[in-house]
Amino acid sequence: MTELTKLSLAAARKGLKAKDFSATELTADYLAAIERANPKLNAYVAVTGQQAQAAAKASDAKLAAGQGGPLEGIPLGIKDLFGTKGVHTQAASHILDGFEPEYESTVTSNLFRDGALMLGKLNMDEFAMGSSNETSYYGPVVNPWRAQNSNANLVPGGSSGGSAAAVSAWLCAGATATDTGGSIRQPAAFTGTVGIKPTYGRCSRWGIVAFASSLDQAGPIARTVEDAAILMTSIAGFDPKDSTSVDIAVPDFAAAVERGVKGLTIGVPREYRMDGMPDEIEKLWQQGLDWLKAEGATVKDISLPHTKYALPAYYIVAPAEASSNLARYDGVKYGLRVSGRDITDMYELTRAAGFGREVKRRVMIGTYVLSAGYFDAYYVKAQRVRTLIKRDFEVAFNAGVDAILTPATPSAAFGVGDEDMKADPVKMYLNDVFTVTVNMAGLPGIAVPAGKDASGLPLGLQLIGKPFDEETLFAAARVIERSANIDFSPKPWW
Amino acid sequence: MAVDAATVKKIGRLARIRIEDDEVAKYQDELNVILGFVEQLSEVNVEGVEPMTSVTPMRLRRRDDVVTDGGYPEKIVANAPLSEDNFFMVPKVVE
Repeated sequence: MTELTKLSLAAARKGLKAKDFSATELTADYLAAIERANPKLNAYVAVTGQQAQAAAKASDAKLAAGQGGPLEGIPLGIKDLFGTKGVHTQAASHILDGFEPEYESTVTSNLFRDGALMLGKLNMDEFAMGSSNETSYYGPVVNPWRAQNSNANLVPGGSSGGSAAAVSAWLCAGATATDTGGSIRQPAAFTGTVGIKPTYGRCSRWGIVAFASSLDQAGPIARTVEDAAILMTSIAGFDPKDSTSVDIAVPDFAAAVERGVKGLTIGVPREYRMDGMPDEIEKLWQQGLDWLKAEGATVKDISLPHTKYALPAYYIVAPAEASSNLARYDGVKYGLRVSGRDITDMYELTRAAGFGREVKRRVMIGTYVLSAGYFDAYYVKAQRVRTLIKRDFEVAFNAGVDAILTPATPSAAFGVGDEDMKADPVKMYLNDVFTVTVNMAGLPGIAVPAGKDASGLPLGLQLIGKPFDEETLFAAARVIERSANIDFSPKPWW
Repeated sequence: MAVDAATVKKIGRLARIRIEDDEVAKYQDELNVILGFVEQLSEVNVEGVEPMTSVTPMRLRRRDDVVTDGGYPEKIVANAPLSEDNFFMVPKVVE
């Protein structure tokens, strides 16, 4: 029998149902894999082995009786941003030291309702602010992938770097993640995994530590398109506790995976052909279009003229919302407190000690752009630009485009401690240049591994869809996955 | 629009984050790099364009004004660094 941890989620689900193995065995294998790998990869910040084993036992009882939900006995990793009752929830920040919520996020509740179990909490950039998972209070996550003939550590991307690394290195069958500017899709691209950011409002944000509320969306990272679709079906759904949750039926996303792309029109935005774009990214993009054409899609050149302004607008809107959301960390209600001579002193010292550098930088930018005299020039202006960005997409979709194909990232994974990016925060921000437009417009976007660069590292393509048309994204991503037909398994060195 | 050292200190105070004197220069550099980057937006003509208030075409839902939850103060303060009789404890704010 093959190693249980290497099975896709879909295959594990089948095996459990057929009683080829038990949830207890599957869970034990994952826990053993985590124990071996985590000292090297640092993907988990907390492992909940006992709860996982107890949940597996309960799932086995249900499976034995021919019962159980669609994810019965499936072991998952949960990003540290999701509130999990009685379990470590710190958004990988020092300021939430010791926080164990009294509630369960809607997304994790939905997964548990469907029978899934949690192996532990996954590392991430602090408060989901970062593109390399290096801003975590718990230290960087290391990418399971290495360049050929190199033992240099690479980043897994961020902010959902722990989720992507754990899925890629077979440390969970699938993972939850969140995406504010690319935090699901960029790490998926860096690790050869599949990640989808659903339409804004598709998944409840309730119980997820807030970063930028008008941009945040939860989604899955998985090893195959089908696995991602299975997880999406469970986590999506209307939730009255999130006022921006949309009351719309959740389709069986997995049923759309093999639908194909025949008759679809795929848009190719010329503004995504950036100056200095590496040849291999350009080639991969063309290859992706050829694959979709070969399966009956039509390719159409389109223009999204405000693309270049999405990232600068994002770096006003997201820090502004973050500065407001993160005001709650004051040393009073939870987490860290550093005493001072009066209450203001306590606030200032607690926040100075509790937030990392990147978080402080963004809270300060946000505070500045929202401060008296600057609000209109920065925040209102950025929200106007955001309207234009969304309008660009509407024009394309109204002209008959069903989905848009772009590269997922401007490069493959880079090194841990990259000096260029450390010296210039904007260089790091440019990682999200292809993904951030999607958040600004509230659209769904999927990253699917499609090729490798010259040093053998995975590269991804991104498909952008119409609001609430994730099904087309799964179908088109599956065509790319099938046409590429590449084994995206990292070579274990850990 | 570039920020000077005094502005960095002021933003720190507004954000309730202590910025030590020896940190000011570094923050000033970094904030100015970011503000320089977002400056590109001045090229965009937004005349007559409404600022986005909701990314999905929906009105904020309203619910009945009734109590649906609560009654467990001990859970609310369970994670507090300091609490007494289900109250959050803070340094004295009123003399």
